Amino acid sequence: MFEELLQGVGEWLKGRGPDSDIVISTRIRIARNLDIFPFPNRISTSEADKLFRNLQEAAGKSKTLKQLKFFRMEDIEPLDREFLVERHLISQEHALWPKNKAVMLSEDEIISIMVNEEDHLRIQVIKSGFDFVTGYRLASKVEDEIARKVKFAFHSDIGFLTACPTNVGTGLRVSAMVHLPALIITKRVNKILEFVSKLSFAARGFLGEGTQAIGNFFQISNQVTLGLGEEEIIDNLSSVIRQLRRQEIEARRYMMTKFRYSLEDRIWRALGILKTARIISSQETLQHLSLLRLGMDLGIIKGLSKELLNNIYISIQPAHLQKLQERKLSHAERDIIRGNLLREKLGGISV
Amino acid sequence: MLCDICGKRPATVHLTEIINGKVKEVHLCEECARKKSEQLQVQFNIADFLYDFVNASSLEAEKQEKEICPNCGLSYLGFKKQGKFGCSRCYDVFKPKILPLLQKIHGSIQHRGKYPSVKEYRHLSLRQKIENLKEYLARAIKLEEYEEAARLRDQIRELEKKIQKDKGNV
Repeated sequence: MFEELLQGVGEWLKGRGPDSDIVISTRIRIARNLDIFPFPNRISTSEADKLFRNLQEAAGKSKTLKQLKFFRMEDIEPLDREFLVERHLISQEHALWPKNKAVMLSEDEIISIMVNEEDHLRIQVIKSGFDFVTGYRLASKVEDEIARKVKFAFHSDIGFLTACPTNVGTGLRVSAMVHLPALIITKRVNKILEFVSKLSFAARGFLGEGTQAIGNFFQISNQVTLGLGEEEIIDNLSSVIRQLRRQEIEARRYMMTKFRYSLEDRIWRALGILKTARIISSQETLQHLSLLRLGMDLGIIKGLSKELLNNIYISIQPAHLQKLQERKLSHAERDIIRGNLLREKLGGISV
Repeated sequence: MLCDICGKRPATVHLTEIINGKVKEVHLCEECARKKSEQLQVQFNIADFLYDFVNASSLEAEKQEKEICPNCGLSYLGFKKQGKFGCSRCYDVFKPKILPLLQKIHGSIQHRGKYPSVKEYRHLSLRQKIENLKEYLARAIKLEEYEEAARLRDQIRELEKKIQKDKGNV
């Protein structure tokens, strides 16, 4: 399944769009529920089936939604579910507990709708680079098209109703994946993220909720969903992201003037490890890849294309690695094959 | 904010301790709070007191805790355990308890975002948009961004025309 996606990197790693050197991707997520139907945590299988039918019917009549493919999560193999998580199309929760759940995907991997995750609908639009505006426009259009066919749970005072009170109101969560290696190396990141959380934005790791910050990636998102308009939520987060980007650029400049030699040393060593390792975990790989990315951004490493780098990012992840090999691999096998793959892809880069 | 004791998990319990006349604020995660309350129980049996205090155990409150949503069968106690409601009707049934909760989480209980894109809400939706634009307009004028202000003013006029037109159609 999803073999056609395997060759591409997915939207979030395309490396296109504004400011994509630091703001890797932006994501819009709108939570919606259908009226009367129990929320996913209390829905029965027969009710979930009915909800799927209603949705598919609605999708069939709508221009944008007609192009999405509908999958029941239980019809997708565990490895393929993990593959979708690695492409940022579904959450880990959605992959782990497939019962009564479904997903609708667009071919270009920009739109994905999780059905019966925490809410009946989680409409998600991912854009490469710093681009909330196009993303929100598309997500809102999808939402409008569904709203015309089914009745959403809505209250004119408190807005859209969601399973968890933290999403009530707009149901809107906007987030950006930012790459902040210089802020981490110069140990400024904690202070900055503390500040971000004081402004009631959340900073999370690589794969969203509850995950670690691997490879110097952070996901910054809004917490407040009620009392503000959508544009305001997006404007507020955008100014935080712009600020973070400025700080990161400043930290890079600082390192280049004060510690150029030791920074270059770190970056070349990272490439050295990636080019020679025989056993390497995905976490270690991501850590070195982060330095490689930084080295490219700063013009230290040449002869490596962004496409190749992004392709390595996606293909070293566990489910991708196994799908590329067309078989299940143990943890130990994966670490060896990952090393092979890295040596093959980076072999041509001279040090 | 992180827990004062473990420094790892987010603090969700906030206590004010008064020791020798000095006021001290303590912010704890759930797990450390539980441990601390066990400690306190051994020492002064104060934990029960705290528990009752926090839960404001009037009979009325207890009755509300046990109230059940007729649509999905969830009780408010059930919500407190899982942190999730069972269906959209829960919001009507538990409204008196939900509003203060929303105020605490979001600092507001008034939706200012979009409305469902259906006829029923068209009027309210236009009104809402105008309100938001007016706020932007005031901000733009304050910042002396007159070009932006003129653009916003035109948008507001456009929307007001739409409302007038809708009225004409009724």
